[in-house]
Amino acid sequence: MRKVAVVGVGETKFSGPQDKTEVELFAEAAMDALNESNLKPKDIQALFLGNVLGDFAEGQGMVQAFAAENIGCFNIPASRYEGACASASMAIRDAFMWVASGFYDIVLAGGTERAATMGTPLATRTFAMFSDSRYEYPSGITFPAVFAMLAHLYSKKYGIPLEKLRQQMATVSIQSYKHGSSNPKAHFYGKYGDLPVDKVLTSFMVSSPLTLHDCCPFSDGASAVILASEETAKKLTSKPVYIVGIGQSSSGPLANQQEYLPRLRAREIAAKQSYDMAGLTPKDIDVCELHDCFSIASLIAAEGLGFFEFGKAAEAWEKGEADIGGKIAINPSGGLKSKGHPIGATGGGQVYEIVKQLRGEVESGRQVEGARIGMTDTLGGDGGTLCNLILQRGW
Amino acid sequence: MEYKLTFKEYNEALKENKLLGLKCKECGAITVPPKMACRKCSSPDMEIVELTGKGKIQTFTIVNVAAEGRESEVPYTIVMVELDEGTWIMGNLIDIDPSEATMELIDKRVSMGHEVFPGDKYSAGDAARPVFSLET
Repeated sequence: MRKVAVVGVGETKFSGPQDKTEVELFAEAAMDALNESNLKPKDIQALFLGNVLGDFAEGQGMVQAFAAENIGCFNIPASRYEGACASASMAIRDAFMWVASGFYDIVLAGGTERAATMGTPLATRTFAMFSDSRYEYPSGITFPAVFAMLAHLYSKKYGIPLEKLRQQMATVSIQSYKHGSSNPKAHFYGKYGDLPVDKVLTSFMVSSPLTLHDCCPFSDGASAVILASEETAKKLTSKPVYIVGIGQSSSGPLANQQEYLPRLRAREIAAKQSYDMAGLTPKDIDVCELHDCFSIASLIAAEGLGFFEFGKAAEAWEKGEADIGGKIAINPSGGLKSKGHPIGATGGGQVYEIVKQLRGEVESGRQVEGARIGMTDTLGGDGGTLCNLILQRGW
Repeated sequence: MEYKLTFKEYNEALKENKLLGLKCKECGAITVPPKMACRKCSSPDMEIVELTGKGKIQTFTIVNVAAEGRESEVPYTIVMVELDEGTWIMGNLIDIDPSEATMELIDKRVSMGHEVFPGDKYSAGDAARPVFSLET
């Protein structure tokens, strides 16, 4: 297998409801990535696009074909990836394999979504489709409810009194908001940079014990990543970022994971794949963009990826060990919480951030100095799809 | 190869308060909700069994933001119950005030009835689910 590098990235600002279409959003992100890579549309050999709910948000199916044509990549093979919130990561992982295998030299991957434009009632209904429609939705499962139940289970299992756990969860959101408030691409850019704990605790209770500030927003946005073989990458950029590890795993409904909860086994399996492939361990990761759809999800993710012992992530966050300058810098972009969560695009946004971090091109307040190895992590549904990537400086 | 216990059959039984599952002839594990393959050893060689519907609450949440079309239901409580047969299942907890839904619920014993979600334009029909009440 050949080595594969990210040569250029692009993304729109993630935001609340806005008027550009999914194709328009992706087109803007894609052109930024092409310009950064010194490439033209005709150089792209295939498109791998994450998009989850375009059918509901805009009545647009098969968006990848329209996206390819729209940006001038005429007649290329275009595929859509759907793994709920892990879609763009899945797209990038597959794109990696097609280039690593030698089938393609230069491809475009990423995602686009208008989750915010759908409005909360429809977004809540459609996000519940990532749970089991026959055996979970009848009970009224919603996506926050999934992680709310994991939060209570986490409190019980690790013996952390719920009130204390909620305060620790609040520190996760507060850290994310701090970084997102200085990220011009973030949904909450300029907002909540200094939110006190009690504001998190007393905000609206979405699904107990998760309040509004424990939950990431619905966002609109798009991301684009251009991958090339090592030989081609070296001609295009002096700062190729190699994808050195990939992992993906799946799971069934929540009840079928009973032996592991609140751990999400699929993540642990996927993470091991990418660490093994890269020949690295969690200690080698300098910066990680992980799936903080809810504050509790950050804790579960950080433990599942091996950064902290099970049951210990909450106190690590409290002590600043999960922040820039700590043991590992987690979500310096602001994460899903503050940067936002346009679900089909989120995984690409994580790669965007890691590439910028490794290239030293991030706003100084949230730059991880000297970062050489980064990791991304996305989760779809009840831990149904987990996908992660490890990226390393190629200079 | 035929599917042993389809959603249709499971749903019809649950509407009569019967919780059906599948017992694996190879390893003995109980699989519920029903699948093609055993939840433990993935053998398709399973037989239909009726479960008691009794168990212990493992976790819960009170939902305050409903999906489109279900606004009249909030607030409602979702629980994961470990059935006496050992398998976990999702359902609702009824006959309690949401203010009583605290961590004290975990490990409380429950027994089962059912309610039917009438369905919406995305659901391909109605679907029953277990609803649990605290045993006194």
